[in-house]
Amino acid sequence: MNKIFEKGGKLHWLRSTADAFDTFLAVPATVTRKGSHVRDAVDLKRIIIIALIAVIPAAVFGMWNVGYQHSLAVNGPSATPDILANFWYGFLKVLPLYLVAYIVGLVIEFGTAQIRGEEVNEGFLMTGFLVPLIVPVDVPLWMLAVVVAFATIIGKEVFGGTGMNILNPALLTRAFLFFSYPTSMSGSSVWISLGKNEQLVDGFTGATPLALDGAAQYSTSIWSEFLGTIPGSVGETSTLCILLGAVLLIWTGVASWKIMVSSVAGALLVGGIGQIAGITDIPCWEQLLLGGFAFGTVFMATDPVTSAQTETGKWIYGFLIGALCIMVRLFNPGFAEGMMLAILLCNTFAPLIDHVVVTSHIRKKFRKFKTA
Amino acid sequence: MSQNIVLKKGLDLPIKGEAGLYVSRTISPAVVAVQPGEFKGFLPRLLVREGDSVLCGSPVLADKNNPGILVCAPVSGKVKEIVRGDKRKLLAVLIESSDEQEYLDFGKKNPDALSAEEIKEAVLAAGLWPWLIQRPYGILADPCKRPRSIFCSAFDTAPLAADCEFCWSDKLKAVQAGINALSKLSEGGVHVSLDADKRFSSAFGRLENCILHSFKGKHPAGTVGMQIANICPIRKDETVWTISLAGLAAIGELFLSGKVNLRRKVAVCGPMAIEPSYVETVPGTPVSCLAEFVGNTDEPVRYVSGNVLTGKNIGKDGYIGFFDSQLTLLREGNEREILGWIRPLRFRQFSTDHCYFSWLTPWRKYDMDTNTHGGVRAFLMNDSYYSKVLPMDIYPIYLVKACLAGDIEKMEQFGIYEVLPEDLALCEYIDPSKNDLQDIVAKGIDLMLKEMA
Repeated sequence: MNKIFEKGGKLHWLRSTADAFDTFLAVPATVTRKGSHVRDAVDLKRIIIIALIAVIPAAVFGMWNVGYQHSLAVNGPSATPDILANFWYGFLKVLPLYLVAYIVGLVIEFGTAQIRGEEVNEGFLMTGFLVPLIVPVDVPLWMLAVVVAFATIIGKEVFGGTGMNILNPALLTRAFLFFSYPTSMSGSSVWISLGKNEQLVDGFTGATPLALDGAAQYSTSIWSEFLGTIPGSVGETSTLCILLGAVLLIWTGVASWKIMVSSVAGALLVGGIGQIAGITDIPCWEQLLLGGFAFGTVFMATDPVTSAQTETGKWIYGFLIGALCIMVRLFNPGFAEGMMLAILLCNTFAPLIDHVVVTSHIRKKFRKFKTA
Repeated sequence: MSQNIVLKKGLDLPIKGEAGLYVSRTISPAVVAVQPGEFKGFLPRLLVREGDSVLCGSPVLADKNNPGILVCAPVSGKVKEIVRGDKRKLLAVLIESSDEQEYLDFGKKNPDALSAEEIKEAVLAAGLWPWLIQRPYGILADPCKRPRSIFCSAFDTAPLAADCEFCWSDKLKAVQAGINALSKLSEGGVHVSLDADKRFSSAFGRLENCILHSFKGKHPAGTVGMQIANICPIRKDETVWTISLAGLAAIGELFLSGKVNLRRKVAVCGPMAIEPSYVETVPGTPVSCLAEFVGNTDEPVRYVSGNVLTGKNIGKDGYIGFFDSQLTLLREGNEREILGWIRPLRFRQFSTDHCYFSWLTPWRKYDMDTNTHGGVRAFLMNDSYYSKVLPMDIYPIYLVKACLAGDIEKMEQFGIYEVLPEDLALCEYIDPSKNDLQDIVAKGIDLMLKEMA
């Protein structure tokens, strides 16, 4: 790297930044100094780019859906699912969210890396990609800037940066938004993008199917819930696109299939109990298609930093997330959706789950070999 | 109590340059080095001066803490130079080899007729004791202790490792004599592990007076650490010793012939080796004797004494290690790769991870170099990402984090007694965060030694 960025150089205060761009452009020429002389070709940049690719189908579909929902709200059932026009509308709506999330987050990330004298972590590339997909599309940009700054600093950097955080930073932005600015996170029309002078057509509620507890919005069929042509946060609506991402994540091993499977199992169990007990009319499997369940299970719960570390722990952790999510949906009239809270709660409990798993394992281990 | 154990976890590195099964050169180096730094827990005291004459088997160094433990000269000749580093730290004793090799005679003995004490004395006097390594901590064995058992692996699964059958099956008698001797030193006898695939064809399958086990699986199935962990893991306050086949053969030969003979076959291998094959030589041979294997290349070469995962970078002026039976020649990967991490294919790189496509071509061998392929980060992936290559019942990342924190109680819980740094070498290889796990564990072990002594 150029000498002016070295210690004592004029631009030393920009070292981490220069280094980040430098390693972004080319794999550095560093060679192993200690231990194993050869190393695997995989690094965190690669893992994170794979995770990012997995989210792309959901993001692209989400942008189209923003446009489609807008056109439904304004034009009524006569709205056409014109792919390009709807996508373009949605793209222009979501782009500012991306810009704000990335600029605010990366400035903080680069700044802290410089203060610590470390290389810049790639973690925020993923966080920043997820944040715009889980907030209402019309959220004021200043609010987004505030919550991203909060989540990055308090949620991540104070613990030591990427890899050290306890809570999923992307979800933390949503939680902060949810509790600090409830007015822009509730009500019936926040999930629909509307222009200043645009009027809703008569009879359009704009609420997500969950908020209506399954009461039929027009065209809220199982099929449209699966495809994702329903109102909701940008990225969360299409179960199909999320499944595509899940396949990639599981195949590459970036995310744990155990967490996904057990989360689905937990949701089915509680949903089933609710259905049998007559608490809800929604069949338990339909719960999986609604709200942020699929998105949370695939992209949020499986975050390797904040999830349980041990294999047994992952089963417990995933199951709890699924079960808690549906429990909040069924029993808490205040919150229509429980995925965010379920994951954040289980993030907090993940170290405890691991502790129990690890200590009980160690206790058993030596019993097995006692006679040998 | 013989067992057949299948290990499902592990990884065989597909690296180019396996040594052909023939001895291409017999080397009699002009100068040989004895390097005290190779013996962990050994505080060297010099027994020779520059100009002194030594025979094969003459003591050169003694341990300050345990004066009975000696290190002997592998060749006969004259002490040429005593190499010291910073603060006069003793780095090496260089011995100029004489044309005609003369051996110090220790007298033929029948180990079966000797008591444990007599065997110990004989091995100590001939300077062969350093072959015995104690676990936990991987230090020199303490002659005053009686270990639970002694373990030896009769096959090596490390990348490009020397073939144990090829190297040692002609010295089966000596190995057997070594086992007979050592079996008197421990409670639980000598455990020898064989490759399950060659269990019936292996010469070592005929060994007696020991407990045979067989292991099936990828690397690290052939490392003694994994074998102990799967036969009977080490608990607190327990001690086991380990020894290599080379050590058994040397001790056996001492009893059979009364001489110390450390000559052995060493595999010269790796992507940079021209005509990778075996050479016959002694430990401490300078790498410069093997210059023909590198040829006239312009590329920077790394000389690794040992395998690519756990070996030591000795440089082109270095000496082959006392315990090592291979010299791996690697290309230094100090060149940049434009947008490497984002390129979709990157077929020339090997990765265990499905983020790349090398899983599609399992038959391919790769020209690996020493590039780290990324910068150092905090641990991001879970413990289970690492334990998929560690067939041991421990939580590797928990242990590493306990070592980083210097928390002795946690280190004990997570199995510091069971591992040596080399056992985590594969975890280090696959680590996408590019941390030096072996170094972290080595520091943890040093802390344990300091606190528990």
